[in-house]
Amino acid sequence: MLVEIANLRVRFPTAHGMSDAVRGVSLTLGQEKLGIVGESGSGKSLTARSILRLLPHDAEVTADRMSFDGIDILTANEAALRAIRGKRAGLILQDPKFSLNPVMTAGAQIAEAWRAHRGGTRKLAHQAAIDLLGQVQIRDPTRVADTYPHELSGGMGQRVMIAMMLAPDPELLIADEPTSALDATVQAEILRLIEDLVSRRGMGLILISHDLPLVSHFCDRVVVMYAGRIVEELRASELARARHPYTRGLLSCLPALSHKQDRLAVLQRDPAWLAG
Amino acid sequence: MILVDALSVQFGTIEAVKSVSFRLARGAAFGLVGESGSGKSTVLRALAGLNRNWTGRMMLDHASLDAHRDKQFFRRVQMVFQDPYGSLHPRQTVDRALSEPLLVHGIGDIDVRIARGLAEVALPPALRYRYPHQLSGGQRQRVAIARALMAEPEVLLLDEPTSALDVSVQAEVLNLLADLRTARGLTYIMVSHNLAVVAHLCERVGVMQGGELVETLSTDDLRAGRVKHPHTAALRELSVELEETEGMTP
Repeated sequence: MLVEIANLRVRFPTAHGMSDAVRGVSLTLGQEKLGIVGESGSGKSLTARSILRLLPHDAEVTADRMSFDGIDILTANEAALRAIRGKRAGLILQDPKFSLNPVMTAGAQIAEAWRAHRGGTRKLAHQAAIDLLGQVQIRDPTRVADTYPHELSGGMGQRVMIAMMLAPDPELLIADEPTSALDATVQAEILRLIEDLVSRRGMGLILISHDLPLVSHFCDRVVVMYAGRIVEELRASELARARHPYTRGLLSCLPALSHKQDRLAVLQRDPAWLAG
Repeated sequence: MILVDALSVQFGTIEAVKSVSFRLARGAAFGLVGESGSGKSTVLRALAGLNRNWTGRMMLDHASLDAHRDKQFFRRVQMVFQDPYGSLHPRQTVDRALSEPLLVHGIGDIDVRIARGLAEVALPPALRYRYPHQLSGGQRQRVAIARALMAEPEVLLLDEPTSALDVSVQAEVLNLLADLRTARGLTYIMVSHNLAVVAHLCERVGVMQGGELVETLSTDDLRAGRVKHPHTAALRELSVELEETEGMTP
């Protein structure tokens, strides 16, 4: 197993005592595509970031077991974590506008990631950057390598971000809402690209989103989180057979193009869901 | 009620909107869809008076609109933006945000109107003296809608009003917008890249590509696939394809 998490809890101190953000999450991931779906505040991002131990400083993390390829994340020192972060597990965030360095060209940023993890000369790294830009299906990689992030569209920026994450040839890719800042067409293109690269390279993928149908389209397995807990786990192809009222609620509150609804169903939250 | 005729907008050397024309009657809801950069938001902003560099003709109730809009225009036409985090002043309470349009337009009864405005968008009265950071995304968008309604406009311009929200909150806001339209007889122009969202709220849809309005059709035709332009067909296909994975078609 690439990732194993058992009984993960993440808590934050607040003015009114400790607040539980993740409450006993267990999951495993191999060479597969896993979707984590939930609303804002459901703990989906915290769960994924715990794997890289990239949490706010005041977060209190406990787990029975939490490992990446057999390495215990909870007790690993910073050096061991650095060997994982970026190198063996890449992270793609929502908005490339904020995750790319605005004063470095796209090519230089990718080359930097390449050299940091693999070494080699500047020239070699630059060549590798152009090659990677080609792999993320940028038509004119040599030109794009010399552009700055503000000259790129959202979709292009996200491709550059993906190219940078692929540079060290990671085993796991965590994509946290990678397309929510993009329009529907570009969104589909980027997700297809991620899916294709992950399948071809035999990587593991964790795709985090609030869009259940979208995630199930691109993943093998989907985990639905509500208020810090996993309420349901299913094969992406079996979404129609979802049993938990929250999962069903998420599906039925979407407007659809294929049929007309006079009124959208609104999620009726049951306090019992909090108990898991 | 609203007529847009041969509207063009230029940014430097780039023609962002190329001779776009459409019209809608009072009480109608018209949607503009297209990819990022297709010019859909630019049309909306020109109509709202937020961009003065346009050519063509725009009319509101048979009166031509100038580059400069008077106060009366802003009383009749209001806009709701995509990001409720960015459109509310972080250091103003909800009460202050809602009282501003009333002060600007010299409307009295502030206290009663704010209380009524909050109730209309289904926000509890307790939120009145909170700051935006103390509200959830959905609550913030409700405040933004309440603020737009304060001056009792006839037209609401909606720029991606739900794309920053969770799907469950999106459903609530879309239902709210539908209810408000019925209750107040509002006219909507809504911009979104999500075809299903636009189709839910609007009867007619305009499809934009590269600054041009390539097709205008009824929502029923869009749903049924009776489309003419290949770009409309492509957008529709993508939207339907992603829906089909649900496997939940009732």
